[in-house]
Amino acid sequence: MATPSLPPPDPQFVLRGTQAAIHALHFCRGTPAQGHPLLLSGSMSGLVHIWSLQTRRALATLDGHRGQCVTWLQMLPHGHQLLSQGRDLRLCLWDLVEGRHTVTDSVLLTNVSFCRSAVLAGAQPRWMLAVPGRGTEEVEILEMPSKTSVCTLKPEAGAKPGMPMCLKLWQQADSSSRPCLLAGYEDGSVALWDVSERKVCSRMTCHPEPVMALDFDSQKARGVSGSAEKALAVWSLDEQQALKACRNYELTNPGIADITIRPDRKLLATAGWDHRVRLFHWRTMKPLAVLDFHTSAVHCVAFASDGLLAAGSGDQRISVWSLYRRT
Amino acid sequence: MDFTRAAVRLAVRDAIRTLGSSKDGNCVLSALESLKPYLGEALPREKEEFARLHFSPLLRCLVTKLSPDWLELLPGDQLEELWASFFLEGPADQAFLVLMEAIEGAAGPSYRLMKLVRLLEQFLHAGRMAVLIGTQCRQQAPPGSSLLQDTLLGKVVSLPDHLSNRLQHESPALFLPQSYFPLLAEELLRALDSVVDALRGGVDCSVVFASQVLGKICVHGRQKELLGVLVPRLAALAQEDGLWQRVCWHLVERVPDRAMEAMLLGLVQAAPGPEALSRLLGNVVLKNKKAHFVMTQKLLFLQHRCTTPMLQSLLGYLASDSQRRPLLLQVLKELLETWGSSSAVKHVPLPQQHHVGKAILVCLAHLQETELQDSHEVLLTSMMAGVQSHLDSSLTPVRRLGMVVAEVLSARLHPEGPPLKFQYEEDELTRELLALVAPQPVDGGPAASGLSAESVATETSGNESGDTGTSPVQPERSDSDLDSDDEFVPYDMSGDKELRSSKAPVYIRDCLEALRTSEDWERWEAALRALEGLVYRSPAATREVSVELAQVLLHLEEKTCVVGFEGLRRGALVTVTVTDPARVAEYLAAQFYALNYSLRQRLDILEVLTLAAQELSRPGRSSTASLQSPAVPAGQGTRTLPASPPSGEPPADWRAVVEERVRSKTRRLSQCPFKPPPACGPNEFCAVAGCFFFPLIQRFDRPLVTFDLLGNDHLVLGQLTRTLGSLMYLAVNTTVAVPMAKALLGFVWALRFHTDTYVRQGLLSAMASVLLSVPAERLLEELLEELLEARAWLADVAEEDPDGDCRALAVRALLLTEKLRDPLLPRPP
Repeated sequence: MATPSLPPPDPQFVLRGTQAAIHALHFCRGTPAQGHPLLLSGSMSGLVHIWSLQTRRALATLDGHRGQCVTWLQMLPHGHQLLSQGRDLRLCLWDLVEGRHTVTDSVLLTNVSFCRSAVLAGAQPRWMLAVPGRGTEEVEILEMPSKTSVCTLKPEAGAKPGMPMCLKLWQQADSSSRPCLLAGYEDGSVALWDVSERKVCSRMTCHPEPVMALDFDSQKARGVSGSAEKALAVWSLDEQQALKACRNYELTNPGIADITIRPDRKLLATAGWDHRVRLFHWRTMKPLAVLDFHTSAVHCVAFASDGLLAAGSGDQRISVWSLYRRT
Repeated sequence: MDFTRAAVRLAVRDAIRTLGSSKDGNCVLSALESLKPYLGEALPREKEEFARLHFSPLLRCLVTKLSPDWLELLPGDQLEELWASFFLEGPADQAFLVLMEAIEGAAGPSYRLMKLVRLLEQFLHAGRMAVLIGTQCRQQAPPGSSLLQDTLLGKVVSLPDHLSNRLQHESPALFLPQSYFPLLAEELLRALDSVVDALRGGVDCSVVFASQVLGKICVHGRQKELLGVLVPRLAALAQEDGLWQRVCWHLVERVPDRAMEAMLLGLVQAAPGPEALSRLLGNVVLKNKKAHFVMTQKLLFLQHRCTTPMLQSLLGYLASDSQRRPLLLQVLKELLETWGSSSAVKHVPLPQQHHVGKAILVCLAHLQETELQDSHEVLLTSMMAGVQSHLDSSLTPVRRLGMVVAEVLSARLHPEGPPLKFQYEEDELTRELLALVAPQPVDGGPAASGLSAESVATETSGNESGDTGTSPVQPERSDSDLDSDDEFVPYDMSGDKELRSSKAPVYIRDCLEALRTSEDWERWEAALRALEGLVYRSPAATREVSVELAQVLLHLEEKTCVVGFEGLRRGALVTVTVTDPARVAEYLAAQFYALNYSLRQRLDILEVLTLAAQELSRPGRSSTASLQSPAVPAGQGTRTLPASPPSGEPPADWRAVVEERVRSKTRRLSQCPFKPPPACGPNEFCAVAGCFFFPLIQRFDRPLVTFDLLGNDHLVLGQLTRTLGSLMYLAVNTTVAVPMAKALLGFVWALRFHTDTYVRQGLLSAMASVLLSVPAERLLEELLEELLEARAWLADVAEEDPDGDCRALAVRALLLTEKLRDPLLPRPP
């Protein structure tokens, strides 16, 4: 206690030059030839930049969303394929093998929404994609790459949860390995869907405001959600697949745009509308750091597998932080 | 018959003669022993004759013989024991009377007095008092004996007084009231026990004498000592035994009327709860007029010395029997009438009002819904009137009391309807009041119930700690990964403040513009927050727009929810006033009497003027004016001032640094630690005190359409008197103080009989501030007449005002006037 706390940290480096607000970030392994991980960023102007973390320069720029904001980026584990979601109502599947930058396939979305999609992909060639569905309250599950619609998850007649705001697909850890979907809705509730049975296992109102982001730790069966208000809600799943509130954590300023748990499940990062990134110890929810660098709302945070943290903001900059990494 | 009489008379005469003349120990011994059988073994008729006629003369004779020589006629204590046995074994009443008579008759401290006192001690220890009372109770009072009984009664009750009159400081501990009356209580119990036994045996008894003893002791004010012992025992006995209970009721009912009040008060005080009280008293309230008056009127309305447990006992007693319940409802109605009367709210002292409020709540806790519904209309009417008059009061505790009582009452009267809810700050009193509403546990004494509850509580808590002591830790530990927190040392997060998106204005005029016209609420709020700092930083720019700024601030409304809005606004107004005192103060004082302001705004004006004057008169302000935030007076916690001084080069810092260096390099030879001299400087308030004071005091007696200081707006008037008093006090050491004092004394004189307590308090404190801030010579030279008048008034208030605070303030002011005299008196050499 006697030792004074460390001064607030500075970013390791900052990536500039997108000339538009950053709305999506994603780390991916580089090719063996490149050796270093890459950072993908999606911007307001519809461009996807591929950054080398070694040279700290943009390697390439992908233009596939006709100038509309890119809201979500995801690499597929097999092969060099990138999924990007844009406000032009398209999900593009890019082929990045051997320096190619071509759109190989695209999925048309029917409904304008803020919702980012979610992917569940293993080693198999077939993978599952959850996208906001045709009706405003629906979520559609597609089997890829065939693009066949598996099912549409519609809330039961009485409930009026509003639009889905954020999605998270995951597989149960037990032998059944049934796919499940966690969805945060506009009315502040979080619902757990059993995808194969197409029914809601459990639903819980976590926030008075729309849920803006959520992440889930399937090993500890514990998740966290953030909304437009001043609190983070931590909840857990019990054996009966029922959601249970654990605790609420008060923040200084309202508004959470993105939440990510580090792949080793030790840290939690939130992107705040108050220009700040907050780090928490995931197990205890002890606040660890407030990263105050950006001058506009932070839209997205992402962790690399080695623990590197990147945050993209409306001030057109991407800050990269190296904090609490195992050396 | 005649024969026995003659025989007894002969024997006694012989013995007395022998006693009187004989110097021979054996003769005396045999004479006394010849009489001894009359105390025990003789025929009943002889005993009766002896007791009736001869016992007292014999005892008197024995007393006169008492001397060291006489007692030493026989070796050892033989004679003394025999002598004492007559007192201890004969009829107790006569023995007691003779003893007391002898003690009173003894001249000064002497051997005989000491012996007699010791004998009296023995008498008490031997339980003869119980025999005495028991005998009196068992006797079917013969008509002529009331004189004897009265004498006995007087002696029994005032024994400690008689003895300490005689013995002064040497009175043995047993005869001090604090040990005598508990002993008497024991004796009384024993006597009652014998009465109960006699009743069981079919003998007729009356407890009148015991009741008289009880009543008389209570009248003498020894309730606590006596009833503290008597009540718990009696209550326990009455609970077990029906006969005891009836004896108790008789005991209470037979107490003479003039002692009834004292006894009831004592019983209510000593009873551990309503149950016990009910067992002791029975239905005495219904049978005895005096008891009825005392229990339903006097204790509740005419005094306020009942503590909360007493009130609960008293009202619980009324509630605990179906015959007495109508009384409870009646009491509630009358209580509410008193509570609701506006004159009572104005004139009755605060503790009495609390007392009535508490009594109402206790009544409500005891009454059922149906009973309340029956007199719904009456209660509702009183409540409405009461709420009105309480909320009109300018004293916060009175208002709060009204709110609490009204809330509880309306909840009881309309259990289904929407609850009446006032906003008030909770304090000790409201919590106490609200706790009364919860129904009391129906149980015996609180001691027993308290004990059991406690033991249960400790048991359960013990269990809990035993069971769950380790469990909260377990889930954490069972978590699979055991990473220690050591690698996650938190960074400094002090910078994590609330975000303000819009930029605060940098210039005063921008600020003014933003406050006046901005529709952008964030900017408006930022301007409000920045204003105080800006005014401090640029006084010159502020002076150009000061009145305009004050106007905007005075009319500012909280259009969006801003945390600490009132404090910010007031802080800004104070700073503006301090920066340009003359013009702004004049403007504000003029606005105080202008049309179309709310009371809130007028009160704000007064507060701002006081705070600004305080800031201006702060010594040492001029040197540090630009960097220190104004002194925050105690009780103004809502003011939020900028935590750090406005940026800019702080000029005093370097001075402090230099002084620190000089100090570290200087060696001081004196012992006392170095203290910086107190900050001093001219009182800046001096120049502008008139601008603050006179516009405020001039127009208080001219009512406006919306504002009538001498009428309904006495809250504002009270605040005005306080403000004027503060201004007077802050104008200490200024030249303008004398005319100010003159005006203020006139003002106080005009309002001295104001009916509102709050106003009177303000007037008294204004009076005190006149006495404090005007030098004594000037006061005596120029304001002598006013001062003398005021002094007479203060003396009046100090004695007669119904409000305790007023009396205290008046006494303080009087003390200050006394101090004025000191310099005039010649100094003692």
